[in-house]
Amino acid sequence: MSEQALKELGDHIAAKLGDDVLTVELKLGELMVTVRRPSIVKALTFLRDDTTCSFEQLIDVTAVDWPEREERLEVVYNLLSYKHNRRIRVKLTTDEDTPVPSAVPVYNAANWFERETWDMYGVFFSDHPDLRRILTDYGFEGHPFRKDFPLTGYVECRYDEDQKRVVYEPVRLTQDFRSFDFLSPWEGMTNVMLPGDEKAQAPDTGSKP
Amino acid sequence: MTIATSAHPSAGQAGGKTQIKPYTMNFGPQHPAAHGVLRLVMELNGEVVERCDPHIGLLHRGTEKLIEYKTYIQAIPYFDRLDYVSPMCMEHAFVLGIENLLQIKAPLRAQYIRVLFSEITRILNHILSITTGALDVGAITPALWGFEEREILMEFYERVSGARLHANYFRPGGVAWDLPAGLVDDIWEFTERFPKFCDDIDNLLTENRIFKQRTVDIGIVTKEEAFDWGFTGPMLRGSGVAWDLRKSQPYEVYDRMDFDVPVGLTGDCWARYLVRMEEMRQSNRIIRQVLKELPDGPVRVEDRKVSPPPRGEMKRSMEALIHHFKLFTEGFHVPAGETYTAIEAPKGEFGVYLVSDGTNKPYRCKIRAPGFAHLQGLDFMSKGHMLADAVANIASMDIVFGEIDR
Repeated sequence: MSEQALKELGDHIAAKLGDDVLTVELKLGELMVTVRRPSIVKALTFLRDDTTCSFEQLIDVTAVDWPEREERLEVVYNLLSYKHNRRIRVKLTTDEDTPVPSAVPVYNAANWFERETWDMYGVFFSDHPDLRRILTDYGFEGHPFRKDFPLTGYVECRYDEDQKRVVYEPVRLTQDFRSFDFLSPWEGMTNVMLPGDEKAQAPDTGSKP
Repeated sequence: MTIATSAHPSAGQAGGKTQIKPYTMNFGPQHPAAHGVLRLVMELNGEVVERCDPHIGLLHRGTEKLIEYKTYIQAIPYFDRLDYVSPMCMEHAFVLGIENLLQIKAPLRAQYIRVLFSEITRILNHILSITTGALDVGAITPALWGFEEREILMEFYERVSGARLHANYFRPGGVAWDLPAGLVDDIWEFTERFPKFCDDIDNLLTENRIFKQRTVDIGIVTKEEAFDWGFTGPMLRGSGVAWDLRKSQPYEVYDRMDFDVPVGLTGDCWARYLVRMEEMRQSNRIIRQVLKELPDGPVRVEDRKVSPPPRGEMKRSMEALIHHFKLFTEGFHVPAGETYTAIEAPKGEFGVYLVSDGTNKPYRCKIRAPGFAHLQGLDFMSKGHMLADAVANIASMDIVFGEIDR
């Protein structure tokens, strides 16, 4: 898997798919292709069937949440070609409401991976045959892997001896949740002016007292 | 097994015969053959499985979210708890991902030690997989014999890391400690008698009439199906695809190792069993080769921004003390970027998709578990088989819920 071969592959994909491809990047020896959201099925079908690509297997589908971006959710598809012994990463962006065409017609493996992405991030996949939650509890609300979902969650469950069943209650923390970023003061204080710092920028007048 | 909802299992007497109607059955989550907490909702026609819908997530702990709130080193123990049958292989994928982002490489001795313990882990995993699989189809003796060997291997784990199961031994840039004195000799002694154990299991199972009746032609997966459903590892090799990441995309020192990749011909449960048996023997070969070639030298990179200084140095050097303090409070910063790093775990391709934003914590860490994709295929593998064959299918997939539910 030389860098040169991956670069040529990237050029080939960009040439064949045309406007559907937004960017082709090669970083850390891994090829990344960003496609337009509506053309994902077309792109995946091409990557699977084209003999230069022939990515037979969908390894993984997942998402990354970037809350500060306009289209905050980034869906990531990892593909593997057995014929050429190569990997590729296909990406697209979406927001909370816009559906992404499902990849199930191309790869059956996408079924559960997309269910998980829906469950964890709330990415809605249109035309998915069975888009149910998969990992969270029956009746769970929210999408827990989004960055604005608290690590401790909203509800906790316990067995209630009086009612003889499991009950859900709001999370009660005996100690506030603490999150330290541990960013060192040197890196965190780049834009702070301490008393005396202004001397560094003061023009040298050349006249010493 | 408990019958949850049944639309009259034996309703309607038609002409003196009992007419059987399709009904729905709940398999698990508390069932010894479910290999953990698997709830299967099965639609049966008599004893024939028409559809099975696995309900997973009963062991979901939100590992990926927890990792986002921990520094890179603090996140390593979570990986032991994913596939708790092969802990060190899970760590391996994560530390390789971090090393890829940091653009560092472990010293040669550390790479050899990692390969050594990856292969010990593979044997650990396959013993459990084969023997409990045999238990599911009615053979008890292999499990009793196999767990004895597992105990010996876990002793090696304990001697090198201090823990039998959750080792937390691999580190970005090497391993936590060097091998203790005498361990190499003891592992060598183990490899001398381990082939005898494989032969014993072989004698018990391979040509055993009952075992073959339960596994041959059960759950056949073709090559195309294996690609389509994302099958990797022994599930793929059992279907006749000669593919092993240790050979095709070698990491660490696997390219120096001399071993064969077994490939099944028929794609049924029996082929997958045979692949796993042979992989144990090949792992034994690799272990012996590692022990013969094991070079001297450091077991961690010397970069003090990534790996902590030795204890002795900290007593004298202020700088070493600062490095130690910073590493164990703040951790190290990883340059922004993303990588998908995969290794050949005993169950298949275990990958980590790591996104870093330049801070000391992963921004996103997606864990690609092989069992997740395999369990998804249970429905098409079991369709048309008997209920008891679904159990054989589950056993041959070698599923562990730590990694599937994450």
